[in-house]
This record gives sequence, C-alpha cells and structure tokens, in this order.
Amino acid sequence: MGRYVIRRLLQFIPTVLGTMFLLHYITSLAIQFSGNPVRAMFGDRTPSPAQLQALTERLGYGDPCLSRKGDPCLWRVAADGNGWLGTSLEPGLFFDRLGNIFFRFDFGINLRQREVTDLVADAIPFTLKLLVIAIIFEAVVGIAAGVLAGLRGGSFLDYMVKISTVFIISVPIFVLGVVVREFVGVKFGNVLRGQDWVPDLISAGIFTPGFKADYPFASLIIPGMVLGAVSLATTARLTRTSIMENIRADYVRTAKAKGLTNKRVIGVHTLRNSLIPVITFLGVDIGAAMAGAVVTETIFNVPGIGRLVTFSARSGESSVVVGVVTMLVLVVLIANLLVDLLYAVLDPRIRYE
Amino acid sequence: MSDLTSAGAAVGGAPVGGDGPTTEATTGGDGKERSASLWADARRQLVRDPVFVIAALYILVVGSMAAFPKLWTSQDPRACSTDRSRIGPSWEHPFGFDLLGCDYYAHAIYGARPSMVIAVMATSAIVIVGGLLGLLAGYYGGWVDTIISRVMDIFFSLPFLLGAIVFLTVIKRQNIWTITMVLFLLAWPTIARIIRGSVISSKDLDYVHAAKAVGARNSRLMFRHVLPNAIAPMLVYATIVLGSFVAAEATLTFLGVGLQPPAQSWGIMISAHQVYFLEDPWLLLFPCGLLIGTVLSFILMGDALRDALDPKFR
Repeated sequence: MGRYVIRRLLQFIPTVLGTMFLLHYITSLAIQFSGNPVRAMFGDRTPSPAQLQALTERLGYGDPCLSRKGDPCLWRVAADGNGWLGTSLEPGLFFDRLGNIFFRFDFGINLRQREVTDLVADAIPFTLKLLVIAIIFEAVVGIAAGVLAGLRGGSFLDYMVKISTVFIISVPIFVLGVVVREFVGVKFGNVLRGQDWVPDLISAGIFTPGFKADYPFASLIIPGMVLGAVSLATTARLTRTSIMENIRADYVRTAKAKGLTNKRVIGVHTLRNSLIPVITFLGVDIGAAMAGAVVTETIFNVPGIGRLVTFSARSGESSVVVGVVTMLVLVVLIANLLVDLLYAVLDPRIRYE
Repeated sequence: MSDLTSAGAAVGGAPVGGDGPTTEATTGGDGKERSASLWADARRQLVRDPVFVIAALYILVVGSMAAFPKLWTSQDPRACSTDRSRIGPSWEHPFGFDLLGCDYYAHAIYGARPSMVIAVMATSAIVIVGGLLGLLAGYYGGWVDTIISRVMDIFFSLPFLLGAIVFLTVIKRQNIWTITMVLFLLAWPTIARIIRGSVISSKDLDYVHAAKAVGARNSRLMFRHVLPNAIAPMLVYATIVLGSFVAAEATLTFLGVGLQPPAQSWGIMISAHQVYFLEDPWLLLFPCGLLIGTVLSFILMGDALRDALDPKFR
C-alpha cells in the first residue's frame, strides 16, 4: 500500500506541472495571436496609454514574450546578463505564475483590483451545496435504478434505464436546464404559488426559476438535480453492468448454495463488490460536475464559481477566467488523486499490482 | 512452422487488407452462405437496422441543410423587420419569426452549417492527429510511448468545458476556426488512446511478425497490417464524437464564448429566446429539437456501428 501511495504521489507532481503548463501555453498562445486582452476589458471606451500600460502590468500581461508568436514563455533573458547555470537565461513567465500560485496563493486580480481568491471564497459555498445535491441525487437514484435493472436484465426497468441513458446523453445540459427552469420553475411553480395551502418553502423555495437568497438550500435542489442528471445515466449503466457481472460470480453462487437469504446475497455479497467502480466514477465525476456547474449556475442564476466564470468570460475579464479555471483544475486533479488512493483502499488487486 | 506458412498466406492475401484476423470470426460458420468480409457483413446488418437507417437519413437531411441551405429555403435569414417580432408559425413561415422579426425557419436551416462544419473539421483533425500519435505510441512503444502517453494524461486532466472557456475568452476571436481548434486541441487524446490500445493488441499477431520476416518496412507494417485493425473502433468513436462536438458548439455558444449573434447557429437561437419559452414555446422547440435530433442520431449511429463491427455480437 505504502509503495503504491508513494508512486501515485510522485506521478501527481509532473501531471500538475504539465496541466499548469498546458493552461499557461493555451492562454499565452491566445494572447500572442490576438493581442493584449486588457483592451477588451474596456469595451467601447478607449483607455489612455498610461492606464492601459498600468493595468497590463498589474494583470501580468506585460511580459515581452507575450508578443512573440508561439513562444512558450518558459525562459527569459536575465536582466543582469547571467542567469541560471551559467547561461544568460532565467525562469520566465511560466515559473512566475507557478510561484504566485503555489507559494503566494495568488491567482490574479479582476478589473477592480479584487483578488480572484476573494471572489472564489464568496462564491464557493453555493457551488459546494450544488455539488453535494448533485452527487447525492446521482448516487442514490443512479445506483437504485442500476441495481434494479441489473438484477432483472431484460425487464421493463432495464429497458427504461437503457433508453433514458441514450436520451440523457444526447440532450445537452443547457437545453435540459432551460427546459426544466421554464417548465418546472416557472410554469409548475406559478401553479403552486397560486395555491394557498402550499407552504412557501415549496412553492417559492424549491420550485423557483432561479436561485433565491431567502432559500439558500431549497432553491438549489432543482439546479442540483439538473447537474446530477448528466451523470445519472452513466452511474445507472455502470451499476447495472457490474451487478450483472458479479451476480454470476462463483462466490455469489456459493453464498446462495449456503442458503443465505436473498437480501444478504444481494446486499452484502453482490452489491459491495459491484459498487467499487461506481464509487470511483462518482469521485471522478466531481471534477466533471465542477465543469458542468458552469452551465447549470448560469442558467439558474446561482452566484457560484460557475456563474463567475461565465460572467467574466462574457465581459472579457480574462484574468478572472484564467485564475478561477486554474483553481478548479487543481481541485479536479486533487480529487482524481484522492479517488485513485481510495480505489486502492477498496480494491486490493490495484495496490499489489 | 505451419503457423508461419498460414500467416504467410495471410500476408500474401494482403490486398483483402488487414481484415485478415477479424474475418475469421465470420468465415468460421461453414454452413452459412454469408462469408463476406467484416465490412460487407456490417453493411448488410446496418441496412437492416431501422434505427441506423432513420438516424442516417436524419443526418443526411441536416447535412444537406448545412451544405446547400438554398435547397431548403429561399428566404434570407438576415432580412428582418421588427414589426414582425415573434409572430407564430404560419404556412409561408413554418417556424414563425424570431425576436428581431427574421424568418425563423431560414435561421434554423442556415444554423445547421456552423455546427456541422465545426464538428466535421474538428473530428477529421482529431482522427488524423490523434490517430497518428496513437499509432506511433502503440507501435514503437518505449520512450515514444512514454512521452505521448504522458502528454495525453496532461490533456485528460484538463476538463473540456473549462479549457475551452479559457481559450475562447482569452483569444477573443470566437469564430468557426477558433472553436474548431479548441475542440481539436482538447479532444485528440481520447482517440489516440483508443488507437494505441488496438495497435498494441494487434502488433504482436503472427501475420505482423510474418510480414516483418518477409522484410516489410515499418511504414508498411503500420499502415497496411496494424492500422486496419484499429479502423473499426476509430470509426465508432468518430461517429459519436461528431454528435458531442455539435452539442459542445451549442453549449459554448449558449454560454456566450462561442459564435456571436450576427452569425446563425442553433445555440444562438436557443440562448436568445430562452426567456420567451412560456409565451412562444416554438421559439425554443424548433432549435432544441433539431439540436437534440442531430446529437441523438450521431450517438445511435455510433452504437449501431459498434454492434455491427464487433464480431462478438454476431
């Protein structure tokens, strides 16, 4: 176990550096080919050269390598002529950014000089709540449907799971979100709000077309379910396949032959083993759900990280987008690492490889 | 020894291609009259599959909208007049008019083009580049494989939507080319991984060794004997990825980082009219229906192809 953990941790470092470099190179290339992004922040107004210069420097877009097309911005010519290891080069923009992120926890600032970390700290409670609702919904409903479908292959429910999987995969999440918001939040919600006997928590809280600060949890339930719906189908299918595989295994037959009750055979012997891949998927899905939250939060107007990304993208505040996405990518990477370690704890076959 | 001669025969029969090892599965049944190649069998099965035929016809319709919009409508989607704003569907204008009073049917027809062009261009790019890198990694192994696989891991750990938003925000020029580029950039590793897997599984087969013993060059071995085995899974994945690219383009456009309003696109139609859903549901129904139908058709086609090309399902 110890050796596996160490190996996995060592692999983690180059992956993080590589991903950071990829993100850095993508933004650098975009700047090199389309010019200073600070100009776009001013919209129609023409900033004075001094103003432009100051903001460019402050946002970290002043490096000369950003005007050389294709330059990965790894090294720059040292100011005093002697840089690292006898060459005339010293670490460039990429290493500056890495230093800012890992040592000073600085992910950049927005146009009004606010730290991106502050913006994220304000937004993160909403996103976390949304993610928790989504994952719980997806796990409970997905596993239940998958188990029922897997135990009775070819039944009505099995076909239901199959068809709904294909359907949910083919409906883009933003279409699903808009339709649910209008039908459930507005139309059905209006009917409920017209009735006196329905409590406000349900009529104005749960069935609301957008986030409401008065109901910080209830108004996130439907957005969370929309977010969870995307991976719900995959969870159900995965559970179904792995139940179908395990139910034919020898140890399940032995358990049955010993005369154990059906409940114990399914609940303890089959389900436990079948859930290992499902749990791994749910862990990896946290990362995917963070990206999905960008769409869901925009549609339901949840003031979380996702809406922050979209709104900054629409107003051209690239420094915020880059900062927040860098942070999200780090979270995704750490989540993946934890899932891998968890997998090794759950499944002994992995760690003895 | 006999092993080698039979493998040599397979090499001699190279014109029938790398279908060599897979045809065995179909020619095995001696009593049956169908002993054609994998592809002929697959074709016969696909033509009989109603789901595949309907999906393919739908794609044909959408494809012709994208290629020849004039065939479907004589209206100009940019001829707008605000006094016709949001008038419902009628006989001459089957989809009615949108918020700005433009003909909605024409907009929907012309909107097929960017989605399809982006999906087709990005898919061809990932098939060529991803396929080549996967082939190199799988065939040569060793340090080539290590480098390519590590690079693929790095691309995998960047969530698709987040990477695309960053790139499109910073580059500011959001047109067909930049969207294609970002889709290609973030999606090629999946196909490379698929190819690499199937190349590794087939490069140690007897007929490849035999071809090497006869003196075939590396390039011939790769493209003639190893790659054809990888074509089937690649085709299946490419079909499905076409659908997900259509959806991805619409999603990016909806978020405001994709195509911008003067252009015609289903994503723009949906995002511009989402708040009018309750008064005029058709404003959302038509573009959503077209979009979902296209994505669904590609996915169903991919599923049908997978079943037809996998001998295990026979």
